[in-house]
Amino acid sequence: MPIPSITVNGATVPLEGTAPHTTALDWLRENGLVGAKEGCAEGECGACSVLVARPGTSTPTRWTALNACLLPVLALDGQEVVTAEGLGTPADLHPVQHEMAVRGGSQCGYCTPGFVCSMAAEFYRPDRAVAAPVEVVATTEDEDRSPEHGPNGFDLHALSGNLCRCTGYRPIRDAAYALGTPADGDPLATRQAEPAPAPARTAVPGFVRPATLAEALQVLAGQPDAVVVAGSTDHGVEVNLRGLRAPHVVAVDRLPELRGVSVADDVVEIGAAVTLSEVAQRLDGAVPLLDLLLPQFASVLIRNGATLGGNLGTGSPIGDTAPGLLALDASLVLVSAAGEREVPLADYFTGYRRSVRTAGELIRAVRIPQPQPGLVGFAKIAKRRFDDISSVAVAFGLDVEDGVVTRARIGLGGVAATPIRALATEEALVGRPWPDVAAAAEVLATEGTPLDDHRASAAYRRAMLRQALLKFAASEVPA
Amino acid sequence: MSALSERPAGAVVGTAVPHESAALHVTGQALYTDDLVGRTKGVLHAWPVQVLEVHARVTDLRTEAALAVPGVVRVLTAADVPGVNDAGVKHDEPLFPTEVMFHGHAVCWVLGETLEAARLGAVAVEVDTEPLPAVITLRDAIEAESFQGGKPTLLRGDVEEALAGSAHVVSGEIEFAGQEHFYLETHCALAQVDEAGQVFIQSSTQHPSETQEIVAHVLGLSSSEVTVQCLRMGGGFGGKEMQPHGLAAIAALGARLTGRPVRLRLNRAQDISMTGKRHGFHAQWRVGFDDDGRLTALDATLTSDGGWSLDLSEPVLARALCHVDNAYWIPAVRVNGRVARTNKTSQTAFRGFGGPQGMLVIEDVLGRCAPALGLTPHELRRRNFYVDGQETPYGQPVRQANRLARTWAQVLDTSSFDARTAEIDAFNAQSLHVKRALAITPVKFGISFNFTAFNQGGALVHVYKDGSVLITHGGTEMGQGLHTKMLQVAATALGVPLAKVRLAPTRTDKVPNTSATAASSGADLNGGAVKNACEQILARLAQVAAEQLHVPAADVRFVDGQVRGLAPDGPSVPWDDVVRLAYFSRVQLWAAGFYRTEGLHWDSAAMRGEPFKYFALGVAAAEVEVDGFTGAYRVRRVDVVHDVGDSLSPLVDLGQVEGGFVQGLGWLTLEDLRWDPTSGKVLTSSASTYKLPSFSEMPEDFRVSLLEAAHEEGAVYGSKAVGEPPLMLAFSVREALRQAAAAFGPAGHTVDLASPATPEAVYWAVEAARSAEGAHVVPGSVPPPASAGPPIRPESERVLGQI
Repeated sequence: MPIPSITVNGATVPLEGTAPHTTALDWLRENGLVGAKEGCAEGECGACSVLVARPGTSTPTRWTALNACLLPVLALDGQEVVTAEGLGTPADLHPVQHEMAVRGGSQCGYCTPGFVCSMAAEFYRPDRAVAAPVEVVATTEDEDRSPEHGPNGFDLHALSGNLCRCTGYRPIRDAAYALGTPADGDPLATRQAEPAPAPARTAVPGFVRPATLAEALQVLAGQPDAVVVAGSTDHGVEVNLRGLRAPHVVAVDRLPELRGVSVADDVVEIGAAVTLSEVAQRLDGAVPLLDLLLPQFASVLIRNGATLGGNLGTGSPIGDTAPGLLALDASLVLVSAAGEREVPLADYFTGYRRSVRTAGELIRAVRIPQPQPGLVGFAKIAKRRFDDISSVAVAFGLDVEDGVVTRARIGLGGVAATPIRALATEEALVGRPWPDVAAAAEVLATEGTPLDDHRASAAYRRAMLRQALLKFAASEVPA
Repeated sequence: MSALSERPAGAVVGTAVPHESAALHVTGQALYTDDLVGRTKGVLHAWPVQVLEVHARVTDLRTEAALAVPGVVRVLTAADVPGVNDAGVKHDEPLFPTEVMFHGHAVCWVLGETLEAARLGAVAVEVDTEPLPAVITLRDAIEAESFQGGKPTLLRGDVEEALAGSAHVVSGEIEFAGQEHFYLETHCALAQVDEAGQVFIQSSTQHPSETQEIVAHVLGLSSSEVTVQCLRMGGGFGGKEMQPHGLAAIAALGARLTGRPVRLRLNRAQDISMTGKRHGFHAQWRVGFDDDGRLTALDATLTSDGGWSLDLSEPVLARALCHVDNAYWIPAVRVNGRVARTNKTSQTAFRGFGGPQGMLVIEDVLGRCAPALGLTPHELRRRNFYVDGQETPYGQPVRQANRLARTWAQVLDTSSFDARTAEIDAFNAQSLHVKRALAITPVKFGISFNFTAFNQGGALVHVYKDGSVLITHGGTEMGQGLHTKMLQVAATALGVPLAKVRLAPTRTDKVPNTSATAASSGADLNGGAVKNACEQILARLAQVAAEQLHVPAADVRFVDGQVRGLAPDGPSVPWDDVVRLAYFSRVQLWAAGFYRTEGLHWDSAAMRGEPFKYFALGVAAAEVEVDGFTGAYRVRRVDVVHDVGDSLSPLVDLGQVEGGFVQGLGWLTLEDLRWDPTSGKVLTSSASTYKLPSFSEMPEDFRVSLLEAAHEEGAVYGSKAVGEPPLMLAFSVREALRQAAAAFGPAGHTVDLASPATPEAVYWAVEAARSAEGAHVVPGSVPPPASAGPPIRPESERVLGQI
């Protein structure tokens, strides 16, 4: 087994003797690259953002911004990383660095290297300049201006996972919208035309990256207490904030068997280890509900690592994909050494962060049956529009024929110990004229058992269940 | 025009230059305290033992198990303290406490070869405690009469008589939240000892001199044996004015005891659970208006939530009282102030330093009362502005009252206030589920430390033989651009190009006895000192140049690296040549500069005097849109005109105005600091639970300009301070949200809005408006609690009373 190694700013460095819980951020800083900072250690502030060469959708490689604080550095075995130091020097600034510097984009400077990396990833997005400006969050009327997209195609959501406490963001937005396109021969732009590094097979004490699904299942069978990670966006928080030191970590993010996406007449299948950013790109509009949901899921930095398998595998009642997938009647394909089985998502969760998945079993894929509901909606109630955790999430999947609701699926997050279906509300809707939802909205307000906490009061959560349906009905008309 | 404020032609101040460290920031090369660890050999790492009880007596502390953890080197306890076991200056903040005063209070610290070893060691320390009764909420503290420190009263005129004669008397109360600083760089210190046991500490501190003092008294050393350096901070906002001292002292103690460098860096959860925040306040008030809506009297009691120890709570409260008038003339005033003592972190300075809390009270009063008085909120505000010749309740003349009216008029104009108000009314009339509102609010903020002694600054300017210049000053850089401004001041004063001047990090062995970089005063105080030092050097160089140029020394001018007489096309000598000549003539080429703000006096017991050199002014108009289904909102457009005097550095000042605005917007709308009322734990101790404004909260259309023709006589090169005042421009957003919520209900109805105005809070305000209920303003007179006894001078200033 070769020694794990990582290529940083063009230099390949061995990762000998690195503990499995050592994050990429700590490793970089211990190795003299202190540009990336720890601001929160849980993937919320983006001060640790770095660029990683990952497989692209429209180009073989895509420079992908990731939170270095969440990733075990061993998960970067064989991969290429670029930090703010690698983009440019004070004497020879990268275009992104130049715009940030001259426009007052840095004040204290602590968040700046992370902003620079996130901004550089969007600078190098292959389809950036040709993308038509799209307002992701629909507005209610007349507006054609889109404050979240620049004239250069820059999508401000690329910076949704970066926090600045000093500037108020205006100069950073100006810097982003002033960027041109990469110069001819720009080495990082050129690099995107070449294939991404192949997944390395890694096996050191405490950390394994199997090469195949069969090998992964074999490892899991032998180590049922192993923690399975893909983007490590949840596990990394446990490591950093709660001192979790798992005896075994198994990385599945590059298993080819978990990375397929297919759209067929009868079913859409999404591999469990496809990142949420890739899901949106590779589905290309095939699942409209996910196009509503995914832009509201955490931040781009998180979506670049997080996966459907991870979000469902951790079983959090406030994970945002579960309500959406419940509304789509999705099921999960679970695989173990003993074979595969398919479980409806509605039957998957059994309690707070518990499910029917057994030790040694992996989520291989999510299946969404076709045809999908004719009318879909997603409401996320949170304090902040970019990168927040839902107080309440409500997803709707309805079929309306001749002005009458014929079928209803409603998924809820944040109102019970698990994501749940709003079964009583679904029943109250079916057979009723659309959009006459007043009675059903009152039923929806009684679903689940919302709690008071620091995100919202129980009373507000209940009100928002009702209001979500009223708003959906007021804004949607049958197709 | 004063000599201090006069700006020479071709000045480097006033030019828009990027932050002096911008190229280092963007390339990741700029060094912060924790970045030094990898450059230092043999560093030990410190980790706190936090006790997760809200109030308890420590009955036993056993460290043996920690010492058995591999890599643990030492556990620091109270027994190790050679000097004073106190992290503050008022002897109410034991560094190693025997009584746990808040949830997460650190009782001892573990030093490890690695951070992991120190962490595991801390887990192994055994602490036995005996629970004690706790006071957690501000209301409980008021009920239990749990107060600390001085109880000032601001008094002018006869409030009872004025209220009795008022056409309208209204009363109400409000409790509003504090704010977590959430500087992106958490607290950090790195301490080393030299061959004589003297201590060198690199600290992320806004107040190196006080860090030095505290470290010295904890270690039993003199100040001359302790040096503190601050390279730069990754944000401070007041949170690093007092709070770094104890942490630096822990690191220094560890370094003294082990002989090795010790690094102490709090992670985010530790930083939020252990260090102080902006004070939350409770206010109960009675207010009178005449028939025209003019304020006649204000009677109020303001109670701040000080947490477990005093820290800066007394001066914060004093500033709150001094800003309860904001921009408004109130003939009769009686405001009592109290600091509650609760089992929480010890609350501290935060941008605005009580000013925002005082101003929130009056802005809330006006926003709530306008509908009942039959006036639009902007007309009610305008009608009550100070005019020239009037004084604040504490007796300071409001000298630029006309400038406030000018700023207000300019924002009305540039924001097309009337036209957009009409558009919004039309929009709201046809929009059922979404409502908009446009609100305009003023800021008047006093500049100078209330405590007169702090209004001094120092600098050290070196001119080297080759003509290059190195400056050091007493202020610290936390992103506010102070160093950039000081470089511009030096280049202006010396008449050399900006590139000729370099700045060295802030260190207590370069400039001693400095004040905190706080109260927005950094550029005023240190700029005055830098200018003074430069002028001393120039006076000497002028003598040398006069001989060369055959002109009187008084006629020598230094412009853009050339030295010449008054005739613009006369002979000149390059700066470098004059400097070299001066050296060979044995002329001193460096100088220590000093500045004190003239004309200040303040009696903190009587709450009277002229504590401020001048007022910084500003006006903001904000338009919001509220979703009636959820209470979610967007800030559609903000127009600001802000008075920074004649700007020293326009790009920096613009950044301060915009950044301050968004930080204030965060405090007032989004940042929802929560303590568990039972356990006393901070429930929002992480970035995932405490949400800062992100890109989605910035005003979509953000138009900020600096007031023109705004020369300030009393400050360096005609400028004004800028750090804190813009934060309070964000009241415009809060008031716009109140008005938008009101638009869901019948006209003329008062709307209460909680602070912060989160989407949930706005939703409840919308619901109340829809049902035309929920206004808790009471017509008539419910008096606030009377002051208990005579005013007491603040604890922090009692030592002066004895002199």
